[in-house]
Amino acid sequence: MTTANRLAPRRSSDAGGFVPPILAVPAIVGLALLVVPLGALVARVDWTTLWADVTSPEAVSALTLSLVTGLVATAVCVVLGVPMALAIARSGPRASAVLRAIVTVPLVLPPMVGGVALLFLFGRTGPVGAALDAWWGIRIPFTTAAVVLAQVFVALPFLVLALEGAIRTSGLEYERTAATLGARRWTILWRVTLPLAAPGLVAGVILCFARAIGEFGATALFAGNAPGVTQTMPLAIYTAFNGSGVGRGPAVALALLLLVAAIAVLLLVRAWRPGAQR
Amino acid sequence: MLPARDETDAATGGTLDAHVVVHRRDGFRLDVPVGASAGEVVAVMGPSGAGKSTLVAAIAGLVRLDSGFVRIDGREVASASRHAPPAQRGAVLLGQDARLFPHMSARDNVAFGLRARGVARPVAAREADAWLERVGLGGWGGRRPSELSGGQQQRVALARALATHPRLLLLDEPLTALDAETAGDVRGLLHEQLTAVRATAIVVTHDAVDAAALARRLLVVEGGTVVQEGPVQRVLAAPATRFAAAVSGLNRLVGVARDGAWRSADGAVELRASDERSRGEASVHGVALAALVRPSSVRLDLARDAAAVPGEWTAHVVRLEPTPAGVRVHTGDPAVAVDVAADTVAALALETGARVRLRVDPADVRFVRVNV
Repeated sequence: MTTANRLAPRRSSDAGGFVPPILAVPAIVGLALLVVPLGALVARVDWTTLWADVTSPEAVSALTLSLVTGLVATAVCVVLGVPMALAIARSGPRASAVLRAIVTVPLVLPPMVGGVALLFLFGRTGPVGAALDAWWGIRIPFTTAAVVLAQVFVALPFLVLALEGAIRTSGLEYERTAATLGARRWTILWRVTLPLAAPGLVAGVILCFARAIGEFGATALFAGNAPGVTQTMPLAIYTAFNGSGVGRGPAVALALLLLVAAIAVLLLVRAWRPGAQR
Repeated sequence: MLPARDETDAATGGTLDAHVVVHRRDGFRLDVPVGASAGEVVAVMGPSGAGKSTLVAAIAGLVRLDSGFVRIDGREVASASRHAPPAQRGAVLLGQDARLFPHMSARDNVAFGLRARGVARPVAAREADAWLERVGLGGWGGRRPSELSGGQQQRVALARALATHPRLLLLDEPLTALDAETAGDVRGLLHEQLTAVRATAIVVTHDAVDAAALARRLLVVEGGTVVQEGPVQRVLAAPATRFAAAVSGLNRLVGVARDGAWRSADGAVELRASDERSRGEASVHGVALAALVRPSSVRLDLARDAAAVPGEWTAHVVRLEPTPAGVRVHTGDPAVAVDVAADTVAALALETGARVRLRVDPADVRFVRVNV
């Protein structure tokens, strides 16, 4: 018996379940709403100048800045977020609920508000900003560091929540087993806890990176829009459509580049499944 | 092909001397002294909720003691004020679920404990393969746990536990999750390996077969305390509580000795025993006495009017329970289980509430003194 034969009856009855067929209409409209605009974007690409647009100095500088700040921000998120996720997952039920709610705030907050908040904290008159300026002469706003800080602020919750869920789901039993087999805390973390939560960690890192390179609002307010210093791709695209900086052609090309990068990341996640078991 | 240190290090397990006192949040209090000499296997039996799992978890270091102590090889690893982490105790816990690390191959699972102790990777892998061979899984080292059957997983878990040369092996219902046939295989393997490495082990089980096959000494725990302790055969032959009697497959009826016979508390049932020792027990007038009767030794018939005869009484059917061999009929007042063939149940049209006549031959009755 071939696979197709065995699956045929299942495809027609089992998988369909008992969902009212009429619901297919809004479902398709929704799907179109997600896909068609992207098609419109691709349709506007001027393929003859695409290569030149993408390799123009402004575009390369925005792209490089986006990738570098996005990677640095993701690294910072991993260093801070993994311990956060572990702490939340291993707290009592009440403490972990409170911590999860706190972590979720930047997720539901409009990024602009986050940018304003960061500016008030690190600005020259802000409590931390004033101290940094007075003691070390460091000014964070409107620097590349501010870009990274804004990205971390908006991206960290994605990593923490994805990883925390995975750690909590895998539970304590494997850690207990490892402990009675003679493993110490660090060994258990590296060899049991994190590998078991690897799917959550990978998903978290991908989401975190995607959110970081897409970040616009907080960056615009807290870091500004200086080409080569704080003008990341989203800001370059926005500026181009407002008629200054890079041209409209390069803006479309950059948008296409972001789209391709996003799809590549998605395919990467689907291809690499660390949770081969189950 | 095992490294030489297996023959020396693991030649004999360590000693356990413990008095575990744990107050659980739900008000349950566990207070159990337990010990094992080097190479001794001790079985712990008890009804659900008796605290058996808490007992081994406390010895392993997963549960803190409220008072008492745990000494392994004479070294105190736990007391009210001291709590050595599990990794430093030398006790390995093997539970009902194999708990193999799903992201590692069988070989890496077995090698885990060795690697955690700093054994080099190739050495640990070789030793792991040797252990897999010993549990009958030679050549399966590369498989993931999800590719193994339940019995195979439990074999790997046993290999993983033994590979660390534990001073003390704690087995918490290791066969419960397996089907009867697989459980039999793994039980045989457990017996073979525990004997081979002369491991000191505490085996928690609900099955008298496990206790008899694996251990020489049996501890019966009920409601957080030890109610009976001794050589397995002796405990099973003279169960001190209804639970112990149930696991040894016996009815245990508590009554009093009267005129050389056993009488139920309400005086309605009278039983006689034919063996010398039982008659001796029953000769002490007024002493609390338990009558032990095998469920298969009780004859069951439809109720009929009859004069009170020793060894016969009328009872109600409380519950019918299918067994592999037929049907177990639970009767009330006194609670007695009777094993009958399925066709008998059909022929007598037995159902809950039916009145039946029960009869026991004196040759099938034994009396033991009840220690209050």
